[in-house]
Amino acid sequence: MTRLFISRDSTALSLGAELVAQTLQRHTAGQNIEIIRNGSRGLFWLEPLIEVETDAGRVAYGPVQPEDVASLLASGLLEGNQHPLYLGDIEALPYFKNQNRLTFARVGITDPVSLDDYLAHDGYRGLKNALALQPADIVKQVTESGLRGRGGAAFPTGIKWNTVLNAPAEQKYIVCNADEGDSGTFSDRMIMEGDPFVLIEGMTIAGLAVGATQGYIYLRIEYPHAKIALNQAIAAAYENGYLGENIQGSGKTFHLEVRSGAGAYVCGEETSLLESLEGKRGLVRFKPPLPAIVGLFGKPTIVNNVISLASIPVILDKGGEYYKNFGLGRSRGTLPIQLAGNIKHGGLFEAAFGVTLRELLYDYGGGSASGRPIRAVQVGGPLGAYMPESQFDTPLDYEAFAAIGAVLGHGGIVVHDDTTSLADMARYAMEFCVEESCGKCTPCRIGSTRGVEVIDRILDNVDKAKNTELLRDLCDTMTCGSLCAMGGMTPYPVLSALNHFPEDFGLQATKA
Amino acid sequence: MQDYQTQQPTVLKILDAHREMPGNLLPILHGIQDTLGYIPPDAVPDIAKALNLSKAEVHGVVSFYHYFRVTPPGKHTIRICRAESCQSMNSKTLETHAKQTLNIDFHETSADGMFSLEPVYCLGNCACSPAITIDNEVFGRVSPEKFDQLLATFKGTE
Ligand SMILES: Cc1cc2nc3c(=O)[nH]c(=O)nc-3n(C[C@H](O)[C@H](O)[C@H](O)COP(=O)(O)O)c2cc1C
Ligand code: SF4
Ligand code: FES
Repeated sequence: MTRLFISRDSTALSLGAELVAQTLQRHTAGQNIEIIRNGSRGLFWLEPLIEVETDAGRVAYGPVQPEDVASLLASGLLEGNQHPLYLGDIEALPYFKNQNRLTFARVGITDPVSLDDYLAHDGYRGLKNALALQPADIVKQVTESGLRGRGGAAFPTGIKWNTVLNAPAEQKYIVCNADEGDSGTFSDRMIMEGDPFVLIEGMTIAGLAVGATQGYIYLRIEYPHAKIALNQAIAAAYENGYLGENIQGSGKTFHLEVRSGAGAYVCGEETSLLESLEGKRGLVRFKPPLPAIVGLFGKPTIVNNVISLASIPVILDKGGEYYKNFGLGRSRGTLPIQLAGNIKHGGLFEAAFGVTLRELLYDYGGGSASGRPIRAVQVGGPLGAYMPESQFDTPLDYEAFAAIGAVLGHGGIVVHDDTTSLADMARYAMEFCVEESCGKCTPCRIGSTRGVEVIDRILDNVDKAKNTELLRDLCDTMTCGSLCAMGGMTPYPVLSALNHFPEDFGLQATKA
Repeated sequence: MQDYQTQQPTVLKILDAHREMPGNLLPILHGIQDTLGYIPPDAVPDIAKALNLSKAEVHGVVSFYHYFRVTPPGKHTIRICRAESCQSMNSKTLETHAKQTLNIDFHETSADGMFSLEPVYCLGNCACSPAITIDNEVFGRVSPEKFDQLLATFKGTE
């Protein structure tokens, strides 16, 4: 039996992986082969990718179109022979070799919804260890790992868990923030599609750690394939005693359910998300009280990002100390970086903190897709700053980014070449805030609308100096007066565009 | 538009199936939209009654979320990503092309009832921008030419 791998990841599918799989199936009917639909290795310029298992290891071919299948088979695809699309061992390519795959260790290798595959590749070892520990000791491992929330705010996960652990209540909840609303980000999606068990295991460990018996994955509606994979994996986990009552004979209980969002960016904000889960409009709640104390249905709740939770199994398997040894300064462990936009080699790159933007953009990303100079990159989603070339040597590190008025956020990097007008992007940032504001506070709700108007006046050459000053004032009000980061951070893209690319607004460069 | 009387049994069945679920309003609305294609405004009083909410509260939730719609969609729904990564790869040109080709704006349905057009802010396919979905299928690196091919394919499958 020969095993072949073709991805079921959304991006691979968006490039035709389904048709390639079907074509291959047809051409090999009656032969002793099995086609496994895996996650993606994250080298998207090579998708659709076929990997074949040979005696000498896995051999890859890509990007494969349906019309290539016949010639691939003729030249000996099943034996791993040469062909113009031959790539050899994917893991030997520099893009792959230089990664530190801790969280994404299995993605692209296993069948995402096969529990046997998961177990055969070190799955559920973290849970096994956790079941032998006291809750406080699980939390201690997480604290020691130095893991900070990957959803944006970079808050230490161990501290959050400790708060929930110490909050007395009959019912507690684990909520996974799978809203991944930031543009240019897809690592949550990739892990949910490519290794859903690792998220399930992470949430189960979180439940044990703080005494929560119910978990919810709040998943954005834009991710239908992730929902399918998660539900298949959850069903398998229930059937095999990894979810539900008496997990692996331990007497512990954890239930898990996927809930769909409905296309509101602000529902990625944790309190708005909780409102939405309760069946209400996603209005942001005042803090305090923190969700850790008064969360879902008024009970103590851990709200963590997908990648934060998916990083837990390796921490419990190999120890907090092991995880902590990756990284730089106070940014410990690894970050799944997403290279997107106008980039030649777009995809997912998991590395320890400390790699620089320049390395990512040129050494791994291969420069722009258009072949034109890279002019600006926006890191950290629609509320992140635009960074000019002069900042490309910044290492990926929460503090180094903060020091120059930028944010790392969820690790999404969106590349723009020199045809992008940064004034247009600044205007869009305000427009997005108009569209997505929850409406609870005035600086965000009204400020963003005024912001669009003021930028329009600047671009129309109406009282340029006065309106530029007004725009800065407005940004100041939004920064200081908004209840959450939606209004509070919209000034990041706007002001960074204005400060680093004034010529796009028809302005002289200032000191800024 | 369909008569609510014929839709009501479906709505009541969905309401009944979610009776015990905590935080059930969104799952109910999804259930209704998945089956009927939209949330008939006439269903709001039924939902409100079943959940012991005011009609205004239910309406408030329906209107808060971009995904929920209160009119029937076309046969296929096309969603075009308008977010930054797709913009950096000329999604604006694609957007203009789509609107012209279908002769509609966002939130409208083509005259033949075949396609509805909706904006979306990121599909997680940003490494292969510009991205669109047609129903539940994702497509990457969509040029205007590829868009036309896709339209033809989806028309052909009817
Ligand atoms: C407007 C807004 C949108 C957000 N969207 C997301 C999101 O899509 N996913 C996410 O994990 N966190 C998002 N966050 C951050 C969450 O509020 C919260 O910090 C995070 O889920 C906590 O998990 P973590 O500690 O594991 O990062 C958003 C915050 C704001 C203000
Ligand atoms: S800043 Fe905007 S999104 Fe956040 S609470 Fe205020 S109105 Fe709502
Ligand atoms: S920005 Fe368009 S798919 Fe992400």
